[in-house]
Amino acid sequence: MAAPRTPQLPPAAGPRLLAAGLRGWTALVLVFLYLPVLVLVAYSFNAARLGVGWEGFSGRWYAELLAQAPLQRAALNSLVVATATTLLSVVLGTLGAWLLHRHRFPGRDLLEALVNLPMVMPEILLGISLLVLFALVGVGLGFTTVVIGHVTFSFPFVLVAVRARLQGLDPALEEAARDLGATPWGAFRLVILPALRPAILAGGLMAFLLSWDELIVTYFTASAASATLPLKVFGLAKVGLNPVLNALSALFLLVAITGVAFSAYLRRSAR
Amino acid sequence: MPGARPGALAWLLLTPLLAWLALFVVLPALLLLGCSLGERDEFGQVLWGFSLENYARLLDPVYLGIFLRSLGFAALTTALCLLIGYPVAYHLARAAPRVRELLLLLVMVPFWTSFLVRTYAWMAILREEGLLNALVAWLQPAWAPLGLLYTPAAVVTGLVYSYLPFLILPVYASVEKLDGALIEAAHDLGAGPWRVFPAVILPLTLPGIAAGVTLVFVPAVAMFAVTDLLGGARVPLLGNVIQNQFLQARDWPFGAALGVALLALFLVSQLGLRALRPRGALRG
Repeated sequence: MAAPRTPQLPPAAGPRLLAAGLRGWTALVLVFLYLPVLVLVAYSFNAARLGVGWEGFSGRWYAELLAQAPLQRAALNSLVVATATTLLSVVLGTLGAWLLHRHRFPGRDLLEALVNLPMVMPEILLGISLLVLFALVGVGLGFTTVVIGHVTFSFPFVLVAVRARLQGLDPALEEAARDLGATPWGAFRLVILPALRPAILAGGLMAFLLSWDELIVTYFTASAASATLPLKVFGLAKVGLNPVLNALSALFLLVAITGVAFSAYLRRSAR
Repeated sequence: MPGARPGALAWLLLTPLLAWLALFVVLPALLLLGCSLGERDEFGQVLWGFSLENYARLLDPVYLGIFLRSLGFAALTTALCLLIGYPVAYHLARAAPRVRELLLLLVMVPFWTSFLVRTYAWMAILREEGLLNALVAWLQPAWAPLGLLYTPAAVVTGLVYSYLPFLILPVYASVEKLDGALIEAAHDLGAGPWRVFPAVILPLTLPGIAAGVTLVFVPAVAMFAVTDLLGGARVPLLGNVIQNQFLQARDWPFGAALGVALLALFLVSQLGLRALRPRGALRG
């Protein structure tokens, strides 16, 4: 089992202490990251309305959550928006990655900078500038405007993921396909695309989760009818604490865990 | 084949991407700039024009103060994230593969959990009848209840909590790429950990630090949701003012001017980072 190792002197006390310190610090930070959210999840099962005390285990808030039509509507909206965003982002991102990877042309650096911009730009800028655009053109806010906003910051993530995979791909693959008589499109579809599948799935998952959680851009581009779940949650949280929100938060956490587990599975199968 | 000149088909396929970026990134940014030069009529409609009046208003001490406060909050948040997160990222990257994978997943979950949920969790902890005050009441009955929510400290706590994973992950990526032989060599040459860190590790992980700092600082400057929830209306930051100008005060031209100032700040910081980043070996 154990790989042959070069004989090592026992580490000095200094580095050993440092390593222990780092381990302890990491554990502390993880507690800091998880404790507040886990407390929230625990309280989502508390029968008490808002008190700190524990008054018994109850699924009441989940039942109430399921009974609230506006929240259900918002969840459905979020699902529609995230799905549309994912599909469009995957198409734009994959095409963009392939073209940027394969071709040199004038203005390529500028294009690349532009692709990166929506990923790192403060979201509020995307939100207000799109709002000005939509108002000027006279497009009413609704699902289309929300999806436009979401795709704009999501597809670059797909593009980056797919491009990283392309860079690791052996160019000889495509050449071989062409030599065997495949058209450029045929080579792309039959050789490149299957090799890109894990990256496309990972990028698509990222786009979905980004869209599902997004608040800021949505805040400026949604109408009342197309309000997404985060928008509703924000509205409710501003008013104050609400046990139904605890239950909803637990569900959000579940979505994140599922997403991370799925992406870990994708990474493993890509190896 | 990379590096081929695009044929007609490739140009055709490139069109959607170009059109999307032109229509939804470049054009809106230009319109924002245009809007900031206009003024509003008494109904809140934008009158397009050419006046620098909105920019003159930015120099009003009230708004300068908000600008400075936003920068200060973002800088403090970034510094805290760096102090808290760097050791974690370092430990993650140097841990045994199995442990590393687990720890990485543990950092990814908060990364992908809506910041809204995580901010809300702090509301539950910090409010007057919240968990922390219950704890205080139990330990020190004379102190309770402390007004913890709606304070600058609450805002910074929420920001650090929201953005910490954004710092850990890029720093982790750059520590992972670090060549262990360099550290060993430094040790062999007699350098202790307190020498190796500033002389070897820190400079080599600078790209990760730069990426992490951008990912925290830039959104933190303009965040309005965390500040709304944890700061109430008492601690307005740049993001809150912009949001307010667009949706409540309906003074779009002034909101746009604030936005353009933020955009300028963002672009300058990006150029600065690019200049800092060493070329060649450390790219990516």
